[in-house]
Amino acid sequence: MSLKKKTAIVGVYEHPTRFSPSKTTYQLIAESAREALADAGLTIKDVDGLFNAGGGGLIGSLALADYLNLYPTYTDTTNYGGSSFVGHAAHAAAAISAGLCNVALICYSATPVSTPMAGIGGGGGGGMIGDPSTHFEQPYGPTIINGYAMTAQLHMHEYGTTAEQLAEIAVTTRMHASLNPHAKYRDLLTVEDVLKSRVISTPLHLLDCCVVSDGAGAVVMTSAERARDLRKKPIYILGSGEAMRHAAAGHRDLMDIATNDSARQVYERSGLTPKDIDMAMIYDSFTITVLMQLEALGFCKRGEGGAWVSGGRLRYDGEFPLNTDGGGLSNNHPGMRGIFLLIEATRQLRGEGGPRQSKKPLHTAIASGIGGILGYRHAAASVILSNQ
Amino acid sequence: MAEEKDKKPYQKPVPSFDEESRPFWEATKRHELYVQRCRDCGFVQYQPRAVCVGCLSSDVLWVKSSGRGKIYTFTVTNQNPARGFRDTLPYIIAHVDLEEGVKLLANVVDCKPEEVKIGMPVEAVFADVTPEVTLVNFRPAR
Repeated sequence: MSLKKKTAIVGVYEHPTRFSPSKTTYQLIAESAREALADAGLTIKDVDGLFNAGGGGLIGSLALADYLNLYPTYTDTTNYGGSSFVGHAAHAAAAISAGLCNVALICYSATPVSTPMAGIGGGGGGGMIGDPSTHFEQPYGPTIINGYAMTAQLHMHEYGTTAEQLAEIAVTTRMHASLNPHAKYRDLLTVEDVLKSRVISTPLHLLDCCVVSDGAGAVVMTSAERARDLRKKPIYILGSGEAMRHAAAGHRDLMDIATNDSARQVYERSGLTPKDIDMAMIYDSFTITVLMQLEALGFCKRGEGGAWVSGGRLRYDGEFPLNTDGGGLSNNHPGMRGIFLLIEATRQLRGEGGPRQSKKPLHTAIASGIGGILGYRHAAASVILSNQ
Repeated sequence: MAEEKDKKPYQKPVPSFDEESRPFWEATKRHELYVQRCRDCGFVQYQPRAVCVGCLSSDVLWVKSSGRGKIYTFTVTNQNPARGFRDTLPYIIAHVDLEEGVKLLANVVDCKPEEVKIGMPVEAVFADVTPEVTLVNFRPAR
């Protein structure tokens, strides 16, 4: 598939500022985006692809999407220095041609003259400093855990989800870890153990939270055609979806997580439904993260996740194996564990799961993750894999 | 005076001001809370920006908030090793849903942790944490 003449630049704007002591890089980008979109005859609501060289703030691309109140289904923060934005044009051409987004906004701002030192949130090299939201959030003490905790609190209030139900996720995941020789924690847990562990931020206990570990991983992909001639059974990507949620300029709905969108996209693009999925690798930063993603992915109705995760359904030898490696809750979590979702799903689909191999035959798996912080800003990415 | 010399400097993060946020923080210093409404499309937004993020218009109006709202959700944080916060555990952090239709993040004060409830009516209180910076917190509405 050639990309030749499949896409076009339709709007441009160069900001006239050469000294900007009082406008942040974020404001300069908003002003530039407005003029470039006007040049194109499009509006901010048309933008579904966001390209920036990242850096600064709480997870660069999320910070910019939050500030601009954008909901990109395709994001690229490739940063290899000054030529990054030319690279963004290449990546945007590929994304638009593949139908992963329709309107791409490539943007850049830096103010090295007026603000040579990094502000709150740090530099990062892409020019962006001082994510504005940090000024309105950091003074009040947001943490990773307390964002997820606030989300859990609301889910319990809205749907009656209980601490016991959340604990079941931790118990099953730990049982899987007991079958994984590399897992950080392998001693079996009971629901009572989880509930007795200290409360970090209400309603989340220590054992509702992922471990902290070192770690590394790698994944190699190629075309389906090339894959057929390589060493092992190819694990095909049937479809994908990506989405974001954030402060929504003051209109956030914490129960509407980004996975609601990434799920819809991945099912549409793969032509599958939740019933066609045999197992799941779901990012488990916290027990609540798993429960809400299972609902959003359509394995159960919104609000019914608590009942659905109970009773051993998620065991490797159960109806719907989940996080068979022991997850972030018990296996590993060096900070961003999405790669391990792909790795374990591949192992299971190839039959390489060893003692924790799914007892029921597997053809499809979903790998779905939340990055960032439920309760503050996050992104969801979902991929369906198949061994057929 | 001896008390002033012993008073520890404020250790938690404080906002810095820039062109689009300055009016907001000058208002909190006067103990007033402002949100914004776009004159072109009517979008109400918080945090303050130079442009409306509903339509990117620059025609954004500052709207004074009544300071009244309800707790949308909250948590009682027992663990935070960061400077300043580690000395004030536990603390209550919440998303508050203002009458004006926007939510903001703040601490809940003047309230026992076990008394905070989702949906609880609250009102803004202003904390003069430094000579330059006043933060907005919420307490149970009286």
